[in-house]
Amino acid sequence: MDIFLQQVVNGLTLGSVYAMVALGYTMVYGIIQLINFAHGEVVMIGAMVAFSVITSLAAAGMPPLVVVMLGVSCAVPVCMAVGYAMERLAYRPLRRAPRLAPLITAIGVSIILQHLAMLVWTRNVIAFPQIIRIETYTFAGAAITNVQIAILALCVAIMAGLAFLVYRTRLGTAMRATAQNPQIAGLMGVDVNRVIAATFVIGAGLGAVAGVMVGTYYGVAQYTMGSVLGLKAFCAAVLGGIGNIPGAMLGGVVLGIVEALGAGYIGDLTDLCAYGWLAALLGERCAPGEHFILFGSNYQDVFAFVVLILVLVFRPSGLLGERVGDRA
Amino acid sequence: MQHPKIALTLIAAAVALIGCGEQKPAAKADTAVEVKIGHVGPITGGIAHLGKDNENGARLAVEQANEAKVKLGGKDIRFVFVAEDDQADPKVGTTVAQKLVDAKVAGVVGHLNSGTSIPASPLYSGAGIPVISGSATNPKLTEQGFKTQFRVVGRDDQQGPAIASYLASNNKPKTVAVIDDATAYGEGIANEVEKTLKAANIAVLPREKGTDKTTDWKAVLTKLKGRNPDAIFYGGMDATGGPLMKQGRELGIKAVFAFGDGACTDEMTKLAGLAAEGLLCSQAGIPVAAADKSFLDTYKKKFNVDPILYAPFTYDAANILIAAMKKADSADPAKYLPELAKIAYKGVTGEISFDAKGDRKDAEMTIFIMKSGKIVPLAVIKGGKTIPFAEFGK
Repeated sequence: MDIFLQQVVNGLTLGSVYAMVALGYTMVYGIIQLINFAHGEVVMIGAMVAFSVITSLAAAGMPPLVVVMLGVSCAVPVCMAVGYAMERLAYRPLRRAPRLAPLITAIGVSIILQHLAMLVWTRNVIAFPQIIRIETYTFAGAAITNVQIAILALCVAIMAGLAFLVYRTRLGTAMRATAQNPQIAGLMGVDVNRVIAATFVIGAGLGAVAGVMVGTYYGVAQYTMGSVLGLKAFCAAVLGGIGNIPGAMLGGVVLGIVEALGAGYIGDLTDLCAYGWLAALLGERCAPGEHFILFGSNYQDVFAFVVLILVLVFRPSGLLGERVGDRA
Repeated sequence: MQHPKIALTLIAAAVALIGCGEQKPAAKADTAVEVKIGHVGPITGGIAHLGKDNENGARLAVEQANEAKVKLGGKDIRFVFVAEDDQADPKVGTTVAQKLVDAKVAGVVGHLNSGTSIPASPLYSGAGIPVISGSATNPKLTEQGFKTQFRVVGRDDQQGPAIASYLASNNKPKTVAVIDDATAYGEGIANEVEKTLKAANIAVLPREKGTDKTTDWKAVLTKLKGRNPDAIFYGGMDATGGPLMKQGRELGIKAVFAFGDGACTDEMTKLAGLAAEGLLCSQAGIPVAAADKSFLDTYKKKFNVDPILYAPFTYDAANILIAAMKKADSADPAKYLPELAKIAYKGVTGEISFDAKGDRKDAEMTIFIMKSGKIVPLAVIKGGKTIPFAEFGK
């Protein structure tokens, strides 16, 4: 039972990071029906910028917490600038183009960003300096570190802030109006271009924070880290109902937990020797103490995509989906 | 539609012209006969530091041979060092192997990984080009029956049992968990470890797997934590082994971690931080520090870093190629290959000669422990005997 609890804790941490990234996908989709496949790379750039800042400041001997804070506060503006530039240069000129054009552009932007990062930060796996002393606390048999607690708390705070922004401020109202109908929102005096740019910038900022979280949590970063992370977050957004902000939060957390539990239990569940009649069939391969495992925990990355397929087949609008993809 | 065609023709013509222009001056500059020696290892990617280390070792040997002005068949020889990057990727490995074959290299040092060496070996064999690896330890490499394949390090069916029996006799675990990264190297050494542990009547948990890019080990480790193993062995490289060990300690796992040579470097401290303390690991060969002193000094002077792992072995590998060429008085692979097979060479890693398969005879294995950020040799295992490191080399 304590293992189950521990896997849930792992899943929650992972899931809240997915949720942060998924928000970037879902907000952009909600407002201009574009799947911004370059969002994963923005997360990676966030991690990389934070790495550079943290490494150089840690050498200067500043207190760890300040260093990490400064790392985040450098990564966020850089990613916001990347997000803005992406929207302004790559997507805005294509706003009235056929749906496929911006989608392909997004993939192009993703490749460009990835290779730029490779030039700046090399192809090597980068080790984040271990400046924060990791404390492990144990509750009911499940270990949780101070870094995990910080990630969870920060995610909750940021999501609450985002909900406030979207549902309680003028900008949020403008965003929701633009999402419903850009033309009419424009006629009502909403500066549509500014609202769309703001959406990209906010999404990129969330991505930057997620990037720093992933970097400090695992302790390593690489220029390719954004692609799989981005795809999984995209699955989370679809799971929650793409275009729906609470949906992205829920989808991220659910996906994280599914992944952790899946990777934790798939090996035992597909151990053919655990099933009497199969073990008899396999004979010698199942001698006492032997195992014949069909799918090991290295299939962890598959769960996100299995979930994606199941959602698309059985509930295309996602868990909290309000809008069914009307086009493309 | 006419213009693009004309433009293309012009570009093609320009490229052809530039191509010609480049080749001529090079041919004039030097009257010595060029002999190309190739090296392959990952110079980019997660284990680029190890690839560069291997490359430097071989480069040093080739440059020293040039300074010594070697003559073969009465002609001055200038060795040209051709370094290729296989990114530790089997697909790229075969591509660069073909590239070296097409460039008509006389011999190759490499590749670093077993996963890239094994698929590349038939290409070299087909072209009759001798290839000596200074670090690929998977047994399969020399079991394929290629006459051109050699290695100057031990095999995983020596390394695996070495680390496993050290673990079994010194830490006396009751249950051991074995994890691998699903590569030829990782799976190979993990299998050998499991075999040895089982033979010593130690319980081995069902195999857990990651990939060579896994950074999230929490789910696997949590599962293992529930089974409470006394030791965890991981067959894989340091870029994934670092996060594995760090996350294991974060989850409060107290087990002894034991890794193979892929994750037996000082780099582990950077990747796992304080969690790396106490790591037990093995290298297929003698420790770098036990290599010939003058080699270590020259290397440090030339590259401004200390050798990390297998540089002394690639240095020896390149020197053996050159020594065999000298003996045969020819750089023609067909002529010097027989000399290579029966060579007895005194290298910086000790006496080297090859058995019928191309494996090094009497290869040593070394067990290390991570102490305050550095791996420290504990014992050397040679011919089935464990010798404490302090007594080794006396």
